[in-house]
Amino acid sequence: MTSLLIILGYLALLLFLGVVSSRFLKGTAADYFLASRKIGPFLLVMSLFGTTMTAFALVGSTGASFKDGIGVYGMMASSSGIIHSAIFFLIGIKLWAFGKKYGYTTQIQFFRDRFDSDKLGLVLFPILVGLIIPYLLIGVMGAGVMIEKVTGGALPSLFAGSGSGPTAVAAGAIPYWLGSGVVCVVVLIYVFLGGVRGTAWANAFQTIIFIILGIVCFTTISAKLGGMQAATAAVQRDNPHNLRRTVRPDDPLTRYHEDLKVYEKRHAGWESKPTTERGPEPKKPRKPHGISMLHFVTYLFIPLSVGMFPHLFQHWLTARSARSFKLAIVAHPILIMIVWVPCILLGIWATSGMIDGKPVIPYGFSNPNAVLATMVKTLTSPLLGGLLTAGILAAIMSSLDSQFLCIGSIFANDIVAHYIGHDKLTDRQRVIFGRMFVVFIVLITYLLAQTRPGGVFTLGIWCFSGFASLFPLVFAAVYWKRATKAGAYACVLAAAGTWLWLFAQAGYGANRAYLFHGMMPVATIVAASTVALVLVSLVTRPPSTSTISKFFD
Amino acid sequence: MKVVIFGLIVLLAIFHQDWWWWDDSSTLVFGFIPVGLAFHAGISLTAAILWALALHFCWPSGVDEIEETADSSSPKGGTDA
Repeated sequence: MTSLLIILGYLALLLFLGVVSSRFLKGTAADYFLASRKIGPFLLVMSLFGTTMTAFALVGSTGASFKDGIGVYGMMASSSGIIHSAIFFLIGIKLWAFGKKYGYTTQIQFFRDRFDSDKLGLVLFPILVGLIIPYLLIGVMGAGVMIEKVTGGALPSLFAGSGSGPTAVAAGAIPYWLGSGVVCVVVLIYVFLGGVRGTAWANAFQTIIFIILGIVCFTTISAKLGGMQAATAAVQRDNPHNLRRTVRPDDPLTRYHEDLKVYEKRHAGWESKPTTERGPEPKKPRKPHGISMLHFVTYLFIPLSVGMFPHLFQHWLTARSARSFKLAIVAHPILIMIVWVPCILLGIWATSGMIDGKPVIPYGFSNPNAVLATMVKTLTSPLLGGLLTAGILAAIMSSLDSQFLCIGSIFANDIVAHYIGHDKLTDRQRVIFGRMFVVFIVLITYLLAQTRPGGVFTLGIWCFSGFASLFPLVFAAVYWKRATKAGAYACVLAAAGTWLWLFAQAGYGANRAYLFHGMMPVATIVAASTVALVLVSLVTRPPSTSTISKFFD
Repeated sequence: MKVVIFGLIVLLAIFHQDWWWWDDSSTLVFGFIPVGLAFHAGISLTAAILWALALHFCWPSGVDEIEETADSSSPKGGTDA
């Protein structure tokens, strides 16, 4: 019940923020979609950080380090500190300047202008929206699962439990369909009420919440494990491969061997049942294999996705001035470090931590994404558990809100206003079209989320790879005069073609550990889109003098 | 100076690959942080310092004047001519 009350209180606070920010709305489309380009340095850094750090930063990073050890920080966090800030500096400021000079609201408007091509927008629109939907799906599903897990026993008279084993739902838990639905509705309401200003305020609030809660959880849990030094010493003794990026032949691999014993027992039990009574086959634990250098290096391509996220583009355009970017560029790597280092440490400690002779994470535990929630539930109070859930919801919602808003903005500006005519639509009509499209997309996402598609978190990496594969397009648009319209089409088509081919090779996401010749698939996709852009640009007619003078003089 | 700063950032990206401690599980910093993780936390801090230097020495020219000369007309898009 404590957890449910905290979650409800938190959602109510967000709605309150939406109501307050709506009082600042001027009623114009520019104010709704871009906060009249008046967002200052603090709100900008919080918006950018809150948007780029999804639930994965808290939940996924702990689970990933539980599985693969400390190398996860280098692959996903310190690389982002270098590359995200580089993109804010080299791309963000440039695009903000073009947006301010030429009145852009969306990235499609910029690309249409820069490459002097109306139809390029029609090609980009379904790709950008299509890549955002899996991203939304991860958030909506994550919120539903999280609420269902932590509210067990809250309302037993209303909701009966169901199922058994790892997928069981406790009696009284807020069901998945309701939790995910409520989160969608709350985000929709505060986005509708406050526009991008509302999302910036909510993101600032939510980012502060999840940073504070992360630190509180870390200190409480480490104390329960006998202190930080004792927790790491246990890992050194039982699972030292989690403290480096390699696995040696003489490593004890204690957790793996214990997991294997549980698996063998479960599998024998499963096999002894008649076929008609068998549930899903137990999954064999994966033997730790370390992170290869090629895998590690090519993961660097994933953060390039930030350069093509439409919701980040929209946040860049809200900046009051170029100077507003300065704080974000410097603070971003530090904020990443503050959130990720404790989560990574908790993940490695979870492999070997023992309380009263029993492992903190039971052997045979097959869901790494639930490691943090399990540690919090076992080692802290219900109050902290509820607050942590609020923190995780904060991370989820601070990405969802920006994505909802930008989808509406792209549809209203790049499709409706662009083809009906910017002068023929009032600002109010434009905002209404944007809202209608958001509701449509959220409804589709919500319905898809109810089918609980498997491997959706793997799909997230593919969605990031898709955005990253279009990075050469935005980089060339800003820095290479010779980049042509045909080159832009070639880049988009090569990215889409290579992405689809490799996605098929990976069994459409079924093979979660898929690498292409030992590399992350994104490296090959980016190489293909870059080569296509450069070669086709060089053999086609250069952009007009007016385009070059508009963007390069 | 611009070349030096961007050169250092490229160097940081190369150092990020960490050939020194990627196979070391015995060295701990402050008695509890594995050295490979501490090194990468250091990469994050160094990135912040280098980006602060980049802002100081490599700030793009002309962007500070844009606030005064901004034109907020609606974009027309391309023509596909």
